Amino acid sequence: MPMSPRKRAQAFRGVQYAILVLAVAAVAFFANWEQLGNAFFNLEAMSTQFPGVITTALVNTIIYTGLGFALGLAVGLVLALMKLSSVAPYRWIATVYIEFFRGVPALLVFIALGFGVPLAFQIQFDTYSTAAIALGLVGSAYIAETLRAGIQAVPKGQVEAARSLGMSQSRATFTVVIPQAFRIILPPLTNELILLTKDSSLIYLLGLLGTEYELAKFGREGMNATNSMSPILLAGLCYLLITVPLGYLSRYLERRAGRKRDEGLEVTA
Amino acid sequence: MSADTGDAQAASGGPIVEITGLNKAFGMLEVLKGIDMRVERGEVVCIIGPSGSGKSTLLRCVNVLEEPNAGSVVVNGFELTDPDVDIDRARRSIGMVFQAFNLFGHLSVLDNLTVAQRKVLKRDAGEAERIARENLQKVGLAEKAGAMPEQLSGGQQQRVAIARALSMQPAVMLFDEPTSALDPELVGDVLGVMRQLADEGMTMLVVTHEMQFAREVADKVLFMDGGVIVESGPPAKVIADPAEDRTKTFLSRVLNPVHASETD
Repeated sequence: MPMSPRKRAQAFRGVQYAILVLAVAAVAFFANWEQLGNAFFNLEAMSTQFPGVITTALVNTIIYTGLGFALGLAVGLVLALMKLSSVAPYRWIATVYIEFFRGVPALLVFIALGFGVPLAFQIQFDTYSTAAIALGLVGSAYIAETLRAGIQAVPKGQVEAARSLGMSQSRATFTVVIPQAFRIILPPLTNELILLTKDSSLIYLLGLLGTEYELAKFGREGMNATNSMSPILLAGLCYLLITVPLGYLSRYLERRAGRKRDEGLEVTA
Repeated sequence: MSADTGDAQAASGGPIVEITGLNKAFGMLEVLKGIDMRVERGEVVCIIGPSGSGKSTLLRCVNVLEEPNAGSVVVNGFELTDPDVDIDRARRSIGMVFQAFNLFGHLSVLDNLTVAQRKVLKRDAGEAERIARENLQKVGLAEKAGAMPEQLSGGQQQRVAIARALSMQPAVMLFDEPTSALDPELVGDVLGVMRQLADEGMTMLVVTHEMQFAREVADKVLFMDGGVIVESGPPAKVIADPAEDRTKTFLSRVLNPVHASETD
């Protein structure tokens, strides 16, 4: 007799649990826990990393990312408005910029900025400026697209209502459209901040002073010093200290925005 | 200079809206074909007609949300079709109420009413709030000042939208099918507010399907079809005793929808 759909669903759920248990058991049984523990979970090696991993590395990662994100947001907003401009050349310029910086690896941007620009113009940025500009260039391309989508998701009637109250086009954009667009794009914007956090590790390419180390560089130096993988694992865990709260913040903002948004603006991202 | 009253005085005496030879096309589609009409100060004019007849487009040409292709639109002394006119300034005295309410979703009810007063008319916050609360009182929603728009029913949102437009102290109010998006039981509240406005002497131009409202409140009814004004006059004439066949057909469908659908 064939199984009823409900019986079948039940059986399928059983199979899924069985696969999970098997996979966990296989890892537990076959992995060499002793070697793994020595290499990655060596508490002694980890303890040598404090307090620098927090006071220098974590702080620098946050500074590089924060500067880059702030610049990316400012440039991204200009690019988004250019992409929506009625002046065609502005749209073209924004499109080329976005396609370029979204397409090339962030690594290349760091190298171009750290080595290409000094060669070409005889100017040398300090590490913090380079990190801010490079991350800003990369971030702005993504942020611009997110902002543009957010701005276009605000119903046309909002602008019409603002214009019919005597607001100019630009006042309507800044008073009515952008605040509502930001609500829509907060979750994707948080994702971009998380991506930038990780991209900030590329600053090592420029050669850093000890006080300029960010998490990834600090972890690698720690690896060399302690002859253990544990410091890089610790550095990795420190990234989570930044990104996990950001994820929660994003979900919180999304819930709050969802409550305040009228149904017409609901996004399913 | 007083921003409140300066412009409203501009054309006292003449008609508040005067439209001559208005044409509007979307690409190849001609929506308005030579409209001539005028609205006197204090008059309530209802525009009726089948969907696609151009009545909403006509209304949107009055505050140039749609740019006319030809003809002239003069509102409150502003020649809106003149490229040199300051359209933002002209719109201050033209209130507009939309079918979809279009309240600003990120602002509280009170802020919806004060934002343009402060940013456009440069009123100080206290003055703007006083005027806003007065108008909320007028539409019966004084207690909703702190609410967010989506916490309100459609009928309440539309009354807030009316109060928002009134807070600019306009010389004329445009209503674009203000009750079409509402549940039937909420229509009455909105029409009640509009009726009260009319009684207070507000100049109103209303695109509507509410024949009873048009019959009881309008001074003049325009029947539009195919981008032209087919017939116009007092409601006792246009609605109760239409001269044109197109008007008769339309009215019989609107007034007896069940019967009309059987004969279609």
